[in-house]
Amino acid sequence: MLGLMASSPTTDAPPTGARGQGWDYSDVTRSEATLRRFLHGLPGVDQVGADARAAALGTRSIKTTAKAFAIDLAIRMVDLTTLEGADTAGKVRALASKAMRPDPSDPTCPATAAVCVYPDMVATARRTLGTSGVHVAAVATAFPSGRAALDIKLADTRDAVEAGADEIDMVIDRGAFLSGRYLQVFEEIVAVREACARPNGPSAHLKVIFETGELQTYDNVRRASWLAMMAGGHFIKTSTGKVQPAATLPVTMIMLEAVRDFREATGQMVGVKPAGGIRTSKDAIKYLVIVNEVAGTDWLDPDWFRFGASTLLNDLLMQRTKMRTGRYSGPDYFTLD
Amino acid sequence: MAEKNVVSTGSTGEARPANGFDYAPAPESRSIVDIKASYGLFVNGEFVDGGGKAFKTINPATEEVLAEVAEADAADVDAAVKAARRAYDRVWSKLSGRERAKYLYRIARIIQERSRELAVLESIDNGKPIKESRDVDVPIVAAHFFYYAGWADKLEYSGYGGGNPQPLGVAGQVIPWNFPLLMLAWKIAPALACGNTVVLKPAETTPLTALLFAEICQQADLPAGVVNIITGAGETGRALVSHPDVDKVAFTGSTEVGKAIARAVAGTNKKLTLELGGKAANIVFDDAPIDQAVEGIVDGIFFNQGHVCCAGSRLLVQESIAEELLGRLKRRMSTLRVGDPLDKNTDIGAINSAEQLERIRELSAVGDAEGAERWSPPCELPQHGFWFPPTIFTGVSQAHRIAREEIFGPVLSVLTFRTPAEAVEKANNTPYGLSAGVWTDKGSRILKIANELRAGVVWANTFNKFDPTSPFGGYKESGHGREGGRHGLEGYLR
Amino acid sequence: MTRIDVRKTYKLYIGGAFPRSESGHSYPVHDSLGAFVANASLASRKDARDAVSAARKAFPGWSGRTAYNRAQILYRVAEVMEDRRPQFLEAVRQFEGLSAARAEKTVDEAIDRLVWYAGWADKITQVVGNANPVAGPFFNLSTPEPTGVVAVLAPQASSLLGLVHVVAPAVVTGNTAVVVSSFERPLPAVTFAEVLATSDVPGGVVNILTGSATTIGPWLASHMDVNGIDLTGVAGDSELATALEVAAADNLKRVRRAPAAEPDWTLDPGTAAMTAFLETKTVWHPIGV
Repeated sequence: MLGLMASSPTTDAPPTGARGQGWDYSDVTRSEATLRRFLHGLPGVDQVGADARAAALGTRSIKTTAKAFAIDLAIRMVDLTTLEGADTAGKVRALASKAMRPDPSDPTCPATAAVCVYPDMVATARRTLGTSGVHVAAVATAFPSGRAALDIKLADTRDAVEAGADEIDMVIDRGAFLSGRYLQVFEEIVAVREACARPNGPSAHLKVIFETGELQTYDNVRRASWLAMMAGGHFIKTSTGKVQPAATLPVTMIMLEAVRDFREATGQMVGVKPAGGIRTSKDAIKYLVIVNEVAGTDWLDPDWFRFGASTLLNDLLMQRTKMRTGRYSGPDYFTLD
Repeated sequence: MAEKNVVSTGSTGEARPANGFDYAPAPESRSIVDIKASYGLFVNGEFVDGGGKAFKTINPATEEVLAEVAEADAADVDAAVKAARRAYDRVWSKLSGRERAKYLYRIARIIQERSRELAVLESIDNGKPIKESRDVDVPIVAAHFFYYAGWADKLEYSGYGGGNPQPLGVAGQVIPWNFPLLMLAWKIAPALACGNTVVLKPAETTPLTALLFAEICQQADLPAGVVNIITGAGETGRALVSHPDVDKVAFTGSTEVGKAIARAVAGTNKKLTLELGGKAANIVFDDAPIDQAVEGIVDGIFFNQGHVCCAGSRLLVQESIAEELLGRLKRRMSTLRVGDPLDKNTDIGAINSAEQLERIRELSAVGDAEGAERWSPPCELPQHGFWFPPTIFTGVSQAHRIAREEIFGPVLSVLTFRTPAEAVEKANNTPYGLSAGVWTDKGSRILKIANELRAGVVWANTFNKFDPTSPFGGYKESGHGREGGRHGLEGYLR
Repeated sequence: MTRIDVRKTYKLYIGGAFPRSESGHSYPVHDSLGAFVANASLASRKDARDAVSAARKAFPGWSGRTAYNRAQILYRVAEVMEDRRPQFLEAVRQFEGLSAARAEKTVDEAIDRLVWYAGWADKITQVVGNANPVAGPFFNLSTPEPTGVVAVLAPQASSLLGLVHVVAPAVVTGNTAVVVSSFERPLPAVTFAEVLATSDVPGGVVNILTGSATTIGPWLASHMDVNGIDLTGVAGDSELATALEVAAADNLKRVRRAPAAEPDWTLDPGTAAMTAFLETKTVWHPIGV
């Protein structure tokens, strides 16, 4: 099945029956007009229905073995994040240590997926993490507002890549998006992705942040998702964490529908990262339920789903301990970093 | 963009379980309910023996016998009507609306207080998922009593009865098994608010929550005889609606029985409201919000195992998107969880009775025989109890029986159309007219189609929504009168 | 020498035309003193069937018109009645045996009642409709809609005023009607049909059959393409009324029961005659961005 309605006013929709086939969307992105036609031809999202569906999925009751599975998976999906003006090398080193060994008292506790820092902290994080397998993600492109000239955004990106970032979390130009300059947003993502290239090694993976709290409508979220996927983003990400609301269940669900549909159309898989505002295990599990039932089990993997979070990790650890010991734990027993 | 996004970031080496994220059983505790071995009739504020032959009510998910329930014979029906008449004459009609309201508010509160107990009992006796009884049925039941409580002392503003509305007297009410407690609320709340007293007969397969409601009336100190609950089957219902001292008959159930009741009350002064069958069209246009439309289709036909008179049992999809929509629908259906009604993750519970299961099987077999193509997602059904998988039939035309007859189960007939006019024509091409759905992002089209659909409830870009303030009821053979909202008062006032 | 007058042939009114009964039958009509006046067409079950077809055909167009337009058309009917006032005066005097003063009052009341009902066309929705404050993000509106084709058994005694009291409320809301006139006093109904035919009322909206409610009534009551039936015309005959109500249950028609006796038609009828043949349609739509 396809991600697009056959009624789409554009002729650029992938042909019916092209399940899993490599749909060539270069025609869509060749001009402002074709791109706009395509994005506006995507099926609409009814907000009330989407909210209700996300809320209903949030009532799934995840217990015992399922909960244990979900908590470990969630820990492995965390991009442990610090994005403060007050960040220092010491703070970043502590964070990186925690990412590698979230629960020093329990060797079976998995590591997080990555740490997420500003570009100037990449080298520090990189040194601490070494070959642990925990990735370094850097927010680049004049994060969080994205209000800078393109060459500055690209330089920001290259700096982070050079310093050893495995993943770049870029922000889109919401101003351009909201004023309908979709091609500009598209080309900027393409350019940043090119800047992720490393001359003598694998390219950094690109996560594209929409700042969905500023895009406001689910229609915009769906359009931004397709735009970013066609531009080559490896992940699409909800938020910077600096704008409210940050990640929400329905917004993440809309993005999961988009990656699901994009794979149906193109055969390419794109990851999803909700970020900001996810603080409890209960919340994290709701997200995993949505991943499971909307995108499918293929996305239940740190390669394809991440949580951008800081305080979430400790709650996951407390719940994990509760599952293991049978008693409720307290914050004094987990490290504050 | 030469590089495809299929490269693993390889963050961990742990393998995902082959079966993914399996939800462990999450059963709601049964210990909250106390089911007695046997139940009597609730007449004049007390539980009394019935004159008929007691019958058993079973858990349709397990076939376990839950309790033995008294059957009301003609004498019991008469006693109940007499009790209701006495309560009407001596107490209830003399009470001010303001005082009646307080009883109804009390009932609403007790329903909220005992909501989990009611939900669990409803799921056990009916087979519906606890998720639905807990999140839909019982909250709306409480809301319904709350809503009509507020009307009791404001009836002169209702627009009925020429500014001085009066109750009718004794209401005889017969309700079905698909929403046992909710239908009770739809019947009793407006009746009492308007100053009537009631004799209500729950369905023979689902009497238990009505009998628990009788206890709630006792806890609320509702005067004896204002609410009487008599149990039994068709014969008991017939005796009730044809009792000469009943002033009002309210029935929810099949169109066939509804017609028989309409004949039975002909020539009397009994006021009649009927909520009967349906074969609702759910129309999806090519510009629909597709993911929400899929949810609406699923809610429309699989909510409450499809045991819903307003179920969207005919999907009318614009031909240009039929293939895509069906693909999405099937994928979505594959995530439906069928099984133990008390498991909090169950989406589809048990079919209410062996008899109903037989009817669903029979009509589905007719669908096969008529050449429609049947599809169900792979799903394991429990060994015991009455089960039917979520099912769709494609390649259905208006001439197929499964497109015309109410199946009252989790079975969707899929038809296609080409133009809005054809969609409306097909949607209206039925003797029923209870509900309909329309999905499109074009506002003016919604209003046009909603205008043209001959149905009492039109859900546009949504489906199966209910609210105490919203009138519900059908055109044509789907019934007479409305329940809910201000309109719901009309059937209980003169 | 007195002039020999040209007498009128009284016919049925079906689909905007004036056919004779397909059966070829007619029956003599007498004035209140028993003198022969004319032969009226005796409508048969097949005439009733044709009238239902005509009413069904007219329903989408009539119910689809704006309420303002229906109001204007009914008002136009009143205007044309007023124009023909002398003729109606003569008719009610002749058939109902009224004094000149009572006849005037009756015709005036009939015309004024029609004007009253005309005005309801674009108000009934506001009076019986509702915006419903549901507990959720949904726009929810209940509006009245016409039931469809309504069979109307017109009063036997009040051949004009009573007729207006049952026909106007049925059609002002958008229903179309098949009317069986008073059996013994059918001619005012035929004259009324002639008014309708010259008042912009589309053909088929009102169909008037002269004849017997006892013989045609059961066919209309059991007709599966009739949505509602007004039994006023069998007031006092509880056995027939019951039989018709039983037959009406075949497709669950909306039934307006027969009163024990014909009511005083000069009283305010309220809205009941209109709401008897209205459905309530409730439309939900999400509220979102």
